[in-house]
Amino acid sequence: MMLATTVSSNPFLIYPATIVARRQEAPDIVNLRLVLNDPLVRRRFRFHPGQFNMLSVMGVGEVAISIVSDPDEPEWLDHTIRLVGRVTRVIGRLEKGEVLGIRGPFGQGWPMDAARGYDVLVVTGGLGCAPVMGAIDYMFRRRSEYGTIKILHGVKTPQDLIYRERFDEWRSQPNTEVYLTSDEPGKTWHYHIGVVTELFDRVAVDPDRTVVMMCGPEIMMRVALGKLTHRGLRPDRMYVSLERRMECGIGLCGHCQMGPYFLCHDGPVMRLDRILPWLGKRGI
Amino acid sequence: MTNAIPQILPKSGFPRLIEALRAHHYRIVGPVVRDGALHWDEIAGVEDLPIGWQDTQQPGQYRLERTETTTWFGIVHGPDSIKRLTFVPREPLLTIERKAKKVTVTPQMPEPTPTALLGVRACDVAGLLVHDRIFLQGRYADPYYQVRRDALLVIAVNCTRAHKTCFCASMGTGPRAQSGYDLALTEFEDEFLVSVGSEKGREIIELLELPSASPAYQRQEQERIDACAASQVRGLQEQHRLPQGLYEVHEHPRWETVAHRCLACANCTMVCPTCFCHTVEDHPDLSHTRNERVRLWDSCFTPQHGMIHGKNFRPTIADRYRMWLTHKLASWIDQFGVSGCVGCGRCLTWCPVGIDLTEELHALMRENVDQATP
Ligand SMILES: Cc1cc2nc3c(=O)[nH]c(=O)nc-3n(C[C@H](O)[C@H](O)[C@H](O)COP(=O)(O)OP(=O)(O)OC[C@H]3O[C@@H](n4cnc5c(N)ncnc54)[C@H](O)[C@@H]3O)c2cc1C
Ligand code: SF4
Ligand code: SF4
Ligand code: FES
Repeated sequence: MMLATTVSSNPFLIYPATIVARRQEAPDIVNLRLVLNDPLVRRRFRFHPGQFNMLSVMGVGEVAISIVSDPDEPEWLDHTIRLVGRVTRVIGRLEKGEVLGIRGPFGQGWPMDAARGYDVLVVTGGLGCAPVMGAIDYMFRRRSEYGTIKILHGVKTPQDLIYRERFDEWRSQPNTEVYLTSDEPGKTWHYHIGVVTELFDRVAVDPDRTVVMMCGPEIMMRVALGKLTHRGLRPDRMYVSLERRMECGIGLCGHCQMGPYFLCHDGPVMRLDRILPWLGKRGI
Repeated sequence: MTNAIPQILPKSGFPRLIEALRAHHYRIVGPVVRDGALHWDEIAGVEDLPIGWQDTQQPGQYRLERTETTTWFGIVHGPDSIKRLTFVPREPLLTIERKAKKVTVTPQMPEPTPTALLGVRACDVAGLLVHDRIFLQGRYADPYYQVRRDALLVIAVNCTRAHKTCFCASMGTGPRAQSGYDLALTEFEDEFLVSVGSEKGREIIELLELPSASPAYQRQEQERIDACAASQVRGLQEQHRLPQGLYEVHEHPRWETVAHRCLACANCTMVCPTCFCHTVEDHPDLSHTRNERVRLWDSCFTPQHGMIHGKNFRPTIADRYRMWLTHKLASWIDQFGVSGCVGCGRCLTWCPVGIDLTEELHALMRENVDQATP
């Protein structure tokens, strides 16, 4: 299934894009808004929430980064990037006006269509789940098309919570519940303390009209999905975003394999019933 | 087309085939002996072929020797599969140039000379077809592979002698080349039987106006190939239980046992005609204004293959061996509709410690049956 139009018949070709806005979200997180330089390429570029681009820094390399902006404004490509290693650290030093390379969009995104009319339970754990943030934004921009939105977000320590204001903003919206938890306590932490799966006991979910979107460590997701299945949720209405090493984004380099799947094109978002046998298994 | 009656090409007339190929502007790449092994290289004519040479192969062993025979294609194969002609070990993909804030990207499309590959074994032809599925028939076609593939004319040689490491018969890929070749030869003492496998092949062979082989001759050819198949001592068993059977033995203790022997040297993946993993690197010039992006062969046996920031999904050799075997023999079927193994036996021969994947699969699956039926 081809989700979006890819702009080139040479899938290795990169397209220059200029940084038109840059915001330092945290010491190790930047937000970049990119605009493709070639107007023709820009016009043809269409994406879905949860899809990703390969971002290139000349002479350094390429990395997979989710697109978090709104697909209805595809001329702006927003990326939230955590500066962790060789390529991302160089990206972090780029200023407004500088040029990056883009290939994409790649992969299967979140089930925004399948979830329309349903309640959506978003569960995230661990550090910055950029891809799921894009999906939440997408729903709030089309609030009436979705039922109740419940967001469960777990971090290890209170310092790991980024986007605190965005969670507060969502919490204030009608028909929306936000639950935060930290494994460890902290002075300023007035939310729950414990692992994210404990939050399930506090949320009511209607198994017949809920779609789940989940992102985080595989072990956490395995436990969480087990609990939800137990509460009657259908595996084919639960989706997870997965991570493996990615180098090509087009199913050719072999790195992103997870069992029989290439996460770069069968994923990164996968329906639970397809991926369950492999999820959280060692050595996969 | 492949059903057409094979023709007889006397060895004395072989230079005419070479001329015909040249007339079609092909350079000829064939098997040559170098550094004690067989490699693919350009040949000027018949005199460059390793006439009279033979190889012996065993798990962990490869030996070449000159014999009394005058066999032209007596060496079955060497460490190089033909994949290095289409999926080259180092492929420049792009040039990226930066002047001030302007970035220019230029694809580095290869411009290969049309090449007639002479002496390709059935297993390697099958390997090429596997790569066609991966690089040309998937969601994204690889234009670099495509260009190189289009420049290739495949002249196969059907096998009449197998090694202890060969198991193409059990994989259904040989000893006779099944499809995907342009011409196929079967060697006799003084002549070859030539079968046509494509229109391109027909155009070449028509120039030679060769006589057809009699039915008796064709029978003799089949007998030689059948005898080769019958002589194969190895086979991949329990194929009907794949892929699922291998997924089910994820926790089998055998993975640890084989990991004690495996050196994670990646030889098996380098010699394998179907392994396609690659990595992409940027090679900037000193001034950092011009950068070449290249694709290089990679292997799932390297520590980086399963590594992301802060985590390695396959930290142990057992994990990597399981990845390799499970991909080759099981998940490949889910991904591409065929096995990732064509039975060439190279990974047995070129494994420094002689690990045999047929034996490993057998051990994994047999013991699983035992467990399943208490
Ligand atoms: C589908 C997908 C979407 C992603 N979206 C985002 C995002 O929106 N924001 C963000 O900050 N990060 C995202 N990541 C993770 C991001 O790709 C890595 O942080 C990045 O590749 C690290 O590269 P590096 O060179 O800085 O680090 P190094 O540790 O030096 O990595 C070297 C190489 O390893 C590979 N690699 C390392 N970590 C990862 C990883 N986590 N995933 C895949 N390949 C990796 C890459 O090929 C990289 O070039 C995403 C990953 C995937 C698979
Ligand atoms: S796995 Fe081994 S025997 Fe099978 S095709 Fe590859 S090298 Fe040959
Ligand atoms: S077996 Fe390993 S090296 Fe070969 S294609 Fe599969 S993952 Fe890549
Ligand atoms: S990232 Fe290369 S195959 Fe998926």
